[in-house]
Amino acid sequence: MKIGVITYPGTLDDRDAQRAVRLAGGTPVPLWHADSDIKKVDAVVLPGGFSYGDYLRCGAIAAKAPATQEVIKLAAQGLPVLGICNGFQVLVESHLLPGGLIRNEHQHFICRDQKLRVENNETAWTSLFEKDEEITIPLKNGEGGYIANPDTLKMLEAENRVVFRYLDVNPNGSMNDIAGLTNERGNVVGLMPHPEHAVEPGFGPDTPVAMRSGVDGLKFFQSVLKVLVNS
Amino acid sequence: MPKIIVEIMPKQDLLDPQGKAVANALHRSGHKDIINARIGKRIELHFDREITEQDMADATALASSFLSNDVIEDVVAITKA
Repeated sequence: MKIGVITYPGTLDDRDAQRAVRLAGGTPVPLWHADSDIKKVDAVVLPGGFSYGDYLRCGAIAAKAPATQEVIKLAAQGLPVLGICNGFQVLVESHLLPGGLIRNEHQHFICRDQKLRVENNETAWTSLFEKDEEITIPLKNGEGGYIANPDTLKMLEAENRVVFRYLDVNPNGSMNDIAGLTNERGNVVGLMPHPEHAVEPGFGPDTPVAMRSGVDGLKFFQSVLKVLVNS
Repeated sequence: MPKIIVEIMPKQDLLDPQGKAVANALHRSGHKDIINARIGKRIELHFDREITEQDMADATALASSFLSNDVIEDVVAITKA
């Protein structure tokens, strides 16, 4: 199964995302922002970083890139898409997910291992998690405060479209402790924390078992591979 | 050069960290009468010909679809200059 990872100018975590795909058992395919050919991949990851230097608004210019435009088209047909951090911002700016992301409430960049609760395990990227499973993956952002108008928030909650919620600490002032969302169909998922940084023992978050042994991020990529194999 | 100027401000009820920092600095430097400052964006769209009604209509559409994000910002003015 081929999983594309788009690189924009200013993307940082494309290589980590590719590595995560590989460790999960998939074949990573590097995609270039300026190329509308997304090489018949079976799913796409929009990685973290600072596409276009966060010019205009985080993710706004990347949303207009030829590769993103193609992803928007195919997402409507069910292509699984995962937006991580800046990729989440791109999804919001592309209107694949509702709402917006603003500067952290406390105005500082934050980098920590973040506990999350998996609220929805019926998306393409969370099918291998238990419902309400608690996971820990790294979080690192400056503009991760999720906001939406009251009607949108109500709709997201009613339709079970909040996929991840921050536990213990709300690190950025996100409304309803929202860390990640999905679209109506469940194929598009966006979140601020970074699953691709928790995929290999020795490089993940600390766990009660051992230092840096956390690999909770791996299930994101294994989930989509399983969904693709079964489809 | 003919241009269309689009002015965008963060929504009134959202935190504007830049504006807040500027207001604090002004306060510290003695400008006690300035109670707040807010920072937005001015975007100039340049043309090498006269601007038409259609250009204004296009700029208005662009202002709300791409140049601003209505979840977090308001377009406060679109003017021809």
